[in-house]
Amino acid sequence: MVKNREISVEQVMKDLFNHIDNVDSTLKAYLYVNKEDALIRAKEMDQKIKNNDIPFLAGLPVAINDNICTEGIETTAGSKMLKGFIPPYDATVVKRIKEEGGIIIGKTNLDEFAIGTSTESSAFQKTINPWDKNRVPGGSSGGSAVAVAADEAIVALGTDTGGSIRIPASFCGISGIKPTYGRISRYGVIAGTSSLDQVGILGKSIKDLAIMMNVVCGYDNLDSTSAETSIPDFLSFCQGDIKSLRIGIPQEIFSNDLDLEVKEKITDSINKILQLGGIIEETSLPNMEYALPVYYTIAAAETSSNLAKFDGIRYGLRAKDVRDLEEMYLNSRSEGFGSEVIRRILLGAFILSSEGYNDYYLKAQKVKTLIKKDFEKAFQKYDLLITPTSLTPAFKIGEKTDNSLDLILTEKFTSPVNLLGLPALSINCGFSTEGKLPIGLQIIGRSFEENRVLKLAYNLEESFKEINSIKPDLS
Amino acid sequence: MKRKPVINMNKEIIAYNNIDHITKLAKIRLGKEEKELFSRQINDILSFLRKIGEPDIENIQPTFNINTPSQHFHEDIATPSLPQDVALGMTEYHKNGYFEVPGIL
Repeated sequence: MVKNREISVEQVMKDLFNHIDNVDSTLKAYLYVNKEDALIRAKEMDQKIKNNDIPFLAGLPVAINDNICTEGIETTAGSKMLKGFIPPYDATVVKRIKEEGGIIIGKTNLDEFAIGTSTESSAFQKTINPWDKNRVPGGSSGGSAVAVAADEAIVALGTDTGGSIRIPASFCGISGIKPTYGRISRYGVIAGTSSLDQVGILGKSIKDLAIMMNVVCGYDNLDSTSAETSIPDFLSFCQGDIKSLRIGIPQEIFSNDLDLEVKEKITDSINKILQLGGIIEETSLPNMEYALPVYYTIAAAETSSNLAKFDGIRYGLRAKDVRDLEEMYLNSRSEGFGSEVIRRILLGAFILSSEGYNDYYLKAQKVKTLIKKDFEKAFQKYDLLITPTSLTPAFKIGEKTDNSLDLILTEKFTSPVNLLGLPALSINCGFSTEGKLPIGLQIIGRSFEENRVLKLAYNLEESFKEINSIKPDLS
Repeated sequence: MKRKPVINMNKEIIAYNNIDHITKLAKIRLGKEEKELFSRQINDILSFLRKIGEPDIENIQPTFNINTPSQHFHEDIATPSLPQDVALGMTEYHKNGYFEVPGIL
C-alpha cells in the first residue's frame, strides 16, 4: 500500500504510535519508543517514494530487542548495568535494516541479558502476554514478540540462544525464526553465549520473516563467526507444495511432561502435513534428553565469561563511594546485575573453574558430539524434523520464578537446535481449549537449509489461516 | 594450565560447597542470606546438570565449534576505528584521555 502510494509512511507511523500509546501502558513491550526520529525518517521516506526512489523495506516499522546496539538510542539489555548506555554504533543488522529503508520504531523489553524464558527478569518492567494478561509472553525476546502479536510492530528482531525467539513466538501466537548459526551477523549484539546466540526474526507471516531474512542475512567481516555462504532469495521459498518433503518426528517428544493439549495440536499438525502431501515418519534422537543439561552447562560457562566485561570501567554502571579497584568491581557488578544473571554467572564460574571444568564443561562438549551424531543420522533420512516448540502454552506470571529448573525445562525442545547451530522456526498451530492460549509447532532444518523450513511453514500457514485469523483482545 | 584431578560425578554430594571461592572468581559480592540461597539453587541446578555424566563418552571428541572455523584475512591497512573521545564518552570517569579508576592498593 505504501509502495503504491495508497497510504503514506508518515500516516502508517502516526497510526502505529497512536496504537502503541493505547496498548503499551498495559502490555509493556517497549522500553523505548523512538517516535520523534521515526516520524522524521517516515517523512524522508515519503519524499523518496514520491521521487520513485523506493528502497526494499520502504519505511517498514521494525522493533529491535534491547540487546542489539542502536546508535544514539539507549541499549540496556534489560539490565541496570547498562541503564544509560548509548551505543556509538549500530549493530550490523540495524545498519542493514536502515540501508534498505526500514525504520526503527523502538527497543523492546527482554529478560536481563537475554537470560531467561519469560521476560520476567528484566530489570525494568514485566511484559504481558496479549492473549492472557496474567501470563508471560515467553522469553527472552518477549517484548519483541508482544510488539508483533499486539500489532505494535510489523516485524521485530530478537535473539535466540536456547529458544528465545521461538518460545515467545509460540506463547504469543506468531511466527519466529532462528536461522543457521552464522547466517546473521552478531556484531553489535550484546553477547550472552557466543557459540549459541543468533539474531532471529518475529513476524505475523512467513513472508514477513523471509523478507527480513533477505535484508539481515549475509557475511559480515566484523563478526568472525559469520558464515561466508551465499544468500538465496528466502521469499522465493514461500510458494510451492511440500509433496516431496520427508519429515521426521522424534519419538522422544511424546514424554510424560508434554501438555496434553500441546500433544493434540501437534498431532493435528501432523495430520495436516500428511494432507498436504508431506511424508512423515517417527524417528529417534536417543541422546536428546541430554541436550538441555548440555546447553545449560555451555550457556552458563560462556555467559559467565562474556559478562566479565561489565566491570564499571569503560561503560555501564559504576558503583559509587568505593575504596579501591577491587571494591569497584564487586560493588558495580553486584549492584548492576539481577539475581538470575548472578546465578548464571556463579554457575558458569564454577563450571569453568578447575573443580568443574572436566566434569561439566568438557563433558558437555563431548555429549554435544553424541547429540550432533543423532541429528546427522536423522537428517540423512529426513529433510526436516518437527517438535512442539514448548512443553506447555504460556504459563502464569510468577509461576516459575522460584524454581530455576522449571524455567529451564521450557527450552527442552528448542535448546538442541542452538547447540547444533541449526535453523528452526516456530509457527502457531492452534489454541488450548481452556484459556485459548497459542501453541507453537517447531520446524527444524539442516544447516543453511532455511529453504525447506520456510516452505513447510508457508504451506502450514496457508492451512492454518482460520487459526491465525483469531486476534488477542487488547481492550 | 594443568587441571586438578577429575571429581567423581557419581558422588552424592556435588563438589560445590565453596561459594566464596566462586564469588571471588566471578567478582560478585553476596550477603549471608544470598550466599545460602544461591548455594542451594546452584546445587539444585548442578544436580540436573549431572545428567550429562550418564552417556558413555569414552573416545568421543568434544565439539567446541559447530561451523568449520575459517580464517578471514584482510590487508594490513589501518581503517577508521572508534574515536578516543567517543570511547571515553561512555563514562564520566575519564581524565586526560584515560579511563580513571580507583587505586589498586
